[in-house]
Amino acid sequence: MTATTAAAASARVNPLTTGQLPAWSPWAILLGSWVLVGGVFALMNTGGDPADFNIAATLFLGTVLFVVLLTVFSSVAENRRRAVDRLVTSLVSSAFVIVLIPLVSLLYTVVVNGLDRFDAEFFSSSMRNIVGEGGGAVHAIWGTLLITLGAAVISVPIGLMTAIYLVEYGRGKLAKAITFLVDVMTGIPSIVAGLFAAAVFVIFFGPGTYMGIAGSVALSVLMIPVVVRSSEEMLRLVPNELREASYALGVPKWLTIMKVVMPTSIAGITTGVTLAISRVIGETAPLVLTAGITASLNTNLFSGPMTTLPVLVFSQYRSPGIDPTEALDRAWAGALTLILIVMALNLVARLVAKIFAPKLGR
Amino acid sequence: MTTASPQRAALRAVRRPGDRIFSGTALGAGVVILLLLAAVAIFLITESLPAFTADPDEIGMLRGATFLEYVAPLVFGTLWAALLALIIAAPLAVGIALFISHFAPRRLAAVIGYVVDLLAALPSVVYGLWGATTFAPILQPFYVWLNENLGWIPLFEGPVSATGRTIATAALVLAVMILPIMTAICREVFLQAPRLHEEAALALGATRWEMIRMAVLPFARGGMVSAAMLALGRALGETMAVTMVLSASGVITFDLISSTNPTTIPANIALSFPEAYGEGVNVLIATGLILFIVTFAVNAIARYIVNRRAAFSGAN
Repeated sequence: MTATTAAAASARVNPLTTGQLPAWSPWAILLGSWVLVGGVFALMNTGGDPADFNIAATLFLGTVLFVVLLTVFSSVAENRRRAVDRLVTSLVSSAFVIVLIPLVSLLYTVVVNGLDRFDAEFFSSSMRNIVGEGGGAVHAIWGTLLITLGAAVISVPIGLMTAIYLVEYGRGKLAKAITFLVDVMTGIPSIVAGLFAAAVFVIFFGPGTYMGIAGSVALSVLMIPVVVRSSEEMLRLVPNELREASYALGVPKWLTIMKVVMPTSIAGITTGVTLAISRVIGETAPLVLTAGITASLNTNLFSGPMTTLPVLVFSQYRSPGIDPTEALDRAWAGALTLILIVMALNLVARLVAKIFAPKLGR
Repeated sequence: MTTASPQRAALRAVRRPGDRIFSGTALGAGVVILLLLAAVAIFLITESLPAFTADPDEIGMLRGATFLEYVAPLVFGTLWAALLALIIAAPLAVGIALFISHFAPRRLAAVIGYVVDLLAALPSVVYGLWGATTFAPILQPFYVWLNENLGWIPLFEGPVSATGRTIATAALVLAVMILPIMTAICREVFLQAPRLHEEAALALGATRWEMIRMAVLPFARGGMVSAAMLALGRALGETMAVTMVLSASGVITFDLISSTNPTTIPANIALSFPEAYGEGVNVLIATGLILFIVTFAVNAIARYIVNRRAAFSGAN
């Protein structure tokens, strides 16, 4: 009788898991501390408006309590080393959650506030002669398209050819210098690029020159290094066997690059270019300095100021005119449009990368 | 046998016109980039010279101050805001990178990577709008609390800003904006840590944190430093978020939550450039030159550390 109970007891104790907290304990402690802190806050709030209940503080203090409790429990039930491990794990995991908070808040605010003016008028009229309500972003959307197109036309050939030089031809000091400077160029502040373009155009066309192409030049300074980096990476992925097979058939080097290397890597290059465009399309500061701010539609890159969507958002926020709420609504709608464009570009880039991925090997 | 030497000569690759044109264009594109960078430096220098040589009293923008007196608060504000942002962002970025590389299940890690990329893709003007109209009002009561309870610390001296658009808010928004680049680089470096060292540490009975402390972090130290420096470069040059969030008055103060805040070089340029005239433009370009030199130096050092580490790591 006693022998069987002893056997049953020892069967229930797994020697591999003794001295450890069960796997569900962190989750239980997390939930428990949230409930505990929530209960304290609810007691403090008794008789008050339920809307005053502080959810953010509950979650924050509850999580802090969880980290402390888990460490204490673990150091009592397990040992100090495990306790430190659990402490770091929970800290690292909560770092991720902390970063989610601003992202969610930002997206939520933009969508909620942006939908107020996300209507037909916003996409069918410009800000010409608008001082109070109404008005739209047609001029800004045209400006965004044209200036970004200009920047892409300048930067894609230069960036792509540089990448080809670095991968296929570049040897020695010059290639090293270019690689290093391209890396450094990715860190040039956008405002400096804007100042550069503004200085160039002021020297050649006189002070007070604002035109779309100046904005394109400023954006290309920011875009070229991104295009070079991404294209270079893609070109390096092309296996050398393909190049050697082509040379063995007597194909000249430039035709090998054009007909073998480029088609193999074109999906990756397209992705890189799209991501580069989505990066510069949201630039504001360089365009304020070079393309200026205007309320009217202007489709000529080479004369007169041009407004883009980010600049519209900025100017509506900065100088709201006689009806600040209307201006702010327009700014939010502009921000929503901008985010949608950037998301669409990112999505397209990812799709292109997925669908047209090179079929290496089998 | 007499044909042997011509055959050997023919083995040298033939340089066809197409080859020459193509390689010439490729080389030209590379040189254009060098020229572009040189042009940025030259134009900024030539255009900022008048700011140093002209009589300060005749430049309306300086309001009677000398150029140095005008620039000093801007430089202070730029460094102060960037440093605060870095202090906030660095632990978070290292934490997230570790979570992605060593803690999260593989599927979750991919999702988190996408979320971090999303943070990087959002335009800065949207951050600015959000920071100024949504985030600042949320933080304002917290600043009041800080001032009431910790007001004896000079950082929280007050008087508290009524709008919440303070240097602390700007630094927090900046921190969110520089997180993605720092996370991305830290993640790369952590993933390059030698797999065998990690497994050896685990096999000796180390917990996951001990394994990271012994095998991953020593390996990744250089990469983490340069990631922080690249993020610092970003924070120094970020314009729109600071311009829109900060209600600036161009003073030198360490007070984080007051209504008078130092401004930064890029924000000052973005706000003053459209109204600047004459030598005022040159003054602004001169401040831009200072920013260019500082960010160039920070980036160059960071890249140098990264490249040196990549060359000797043996991971690639």
